[in-house]
Amino acid sequence: MPNFIMSYLGSTLTPGEAGNQFWALVYVLVIFAGVSVAVIAMNWIERKALAHFQIRLGPMRVGPHGLLQPFADALKLMLKEDIIPSEADQFVFWVAPLIGLLAAFTVYTVIPFGPSQAVSDMNIGILFMLGVSSLGVLGIVVAGWASNSNYPLIGALRSSAQMVSYEVAMGLAVVSAILMTSLNSTGTGTLSMIGIVQAQQQQGVWFIFKFFPLGFIAFAIFAIAMVAETNRAPFDMAEAESELTAGYHTEYSGFRWSLFMLSEYAAMIAVSSIAVTLWLGGWMRPFPNLLHAPAWEFVFSLFPALTFGGLAAIAFIGTVRMPSHSFFKIQRIGLAVFGALLGLVALLLLLIAIAGHSADETLASRFKESIGHVYWFVLKVAVFMYLFIWYRATWPRYRFDQLMKIGWKVMLPISLGVLMITAIVGVIFS
Amino acid sequence: MNSALNPGMAPVATPFFFYLLAGLAIMGGILVITRSNAVHSALSLIVTLLSVAGLYLMLYAPFVAGVQIIVYAGGIMVLFLFVIMLVNVERASKDRRFNRIWPIGLVAACTLMGLFVSAFVKGSRINDMFRDRGMLLPESSNTQQVASLLYGEVDRMGRYTLGQYTFAFEIASLLLLVAILGAVIMTKKKI
Repeated sequence: MPNFIMSYLGSTLTPGEAGNQFWALVYVLVIFAGVSVAVIAMNWIERKALAHFQIRLGPMRVGPHGLLQPFADALKLMLKEDIIPSEADQFVFWVAPLIGLLAAFTVYTVIPFGPSQAVSDMNIGILFMLGVSSLGVLGIVVAGWASNSNYPLIGALRSSAQMVSYEVAMGLAVVSAILMTSLNSTGTGTLSMIGIVQAQQQQGVWFIFKFFPLGFIAFAIFAIAMVAETNRAPFDMAEAESELTAGYHTEYSGFRWSLFMLSEYAAMIAVSSIAVTLWLGGWMRPFPNLLHAPAWEFVFSLFPALTFGGLAAIAFIGTVRMPSHSFFKIQRIGLAVFGALLGLVALLLLLIAIAGHSADETLASRFKESIGHVYWFVLKVAVFMYLFIWYRATWPRYRFDQLMKIGWKVMLPISLGVLMITAIVGVIFS
Repeated sequence: MNSALNPGMAPVATPFFFYLLAGLAIMGGILVITRSNAVHSALSLIVTLLSVAGLYLMLYAPFVAGVQIIVYAGGIMVLFLFVIMLVNVERASKDRRFNRIWPIGLVAACTLMGLFVSAFVKGSRINDMFRDRGMLLPESSNTQQVASLLYGEVDRMGRYTLGQYTFAFEIASLLLLVAILGAVIMTKKKI
């Protein structure tokens, strides 16, 4: 058994490439767990950040600084009565949340967390991602229809119109990034997610900075369209609470409602990873070609340990600043334990970084590299997740006709123009 | 289980998956024409389209499979559902579903069936021919060739559509453009 694990850790292939079903299954389970944890963390951060944007405290009661609030929420949703309206279409009502969830999670098959940290590297990676994530809208449309109620139906209609419109601009922006992958000696581009990141490594530039400002404009269009695709504020027409109660999931409650939330956040992470892979260099750390000396390598490999160390420090500061009333005793102990756990993780990462630095081509150095790849990828995605919260706190919701106007009359022409200019510039410079 | 990583490609085209996907496609197709509710029919059609995409994957045509999912399952079916929800389905579901032109439909269906059967019969002969020449169809067991065929499939597709078959490609684009113009003219009274 240890032999088996070692043979895997030494390999540089994705499980899909190697045709190894067992490791593919392990990867799927790890990703599923990771995404679920990320959704839980996101839930807490969103509530806290939104509260601080509005000069409130946010959840403070359940656990220290409300850290256990998402678990309490999840428990509440599990225990709530699951109501299916008597006039609803029973089967479709039942199946709708699952469609969204399946679409959101299937996408993770091709997301490259590192050069070999993906379930599979498909030849049509980005196409597969766009296609499957566009299936998510079916869940929303069908949910709105099956509820047999007016607000959900209007929400579903809005959402389908919105998603179909923004998919066009999104696809064209993606095409201009794919065009950039073909600017090499062979003149052949790639649709594979891993291949796209490797192309950026080869050309020595993240595609967001390529042919400045062309890459940046394409990226900006994608970044706007992906907010509309995931039905997030300021484009959350489908669930505009001031107009439609709760939009397409008005009639849903309890567990089924939480599935909608889960798939929304999973889809947010998925589209953010597309943006990171296509324009922000995927798993690559900053300046991999410029600062490639072993000393720099070592400095950058310390970042994961530093991050966890920083989080541990914040937890300890929170422990010290906790009011000294006896009521807070348990919370203080809990926060201290949490901080100690984070500190332990930081220490472990530090040890791996040092061991991997001193030895060459060993298991420790492989391990260090993998941790670095996953760390930089997750960090970049986390920035996007924070941006999603920031948008929601900052901008008022668009009106539906404004939304459509932006989609068709501004974003679509710009993305078409960028695509053409990218093609022309690419031909001239290669 | 205790061995190192499997270096070859695991075969995708196993009979189990073929029968599963084909069964799903046929079941979906039958449900499309038998459901009285238009939304249920549309959902069954999505099942059919997705299983056909799976069949394309088994034929080592991942690009076609991806396009099938994006265009049909993701794009066109969403528009279908959109339209079904906008029009009055309640009244339409009470109409008679089999009208007088069913003999024509039967003839068309039989012709198509005949075409498929003849393609199947002839196709197996073509398959033999290709195998002799060392060419490849999915039944081949030569994984090296499968891998080489799979790699750069999109690349070859692009070279064909914009090289050898540019004219057909442009004609298809023109047809779509005309359809878009027609739709705009029909909906907009005043342009």
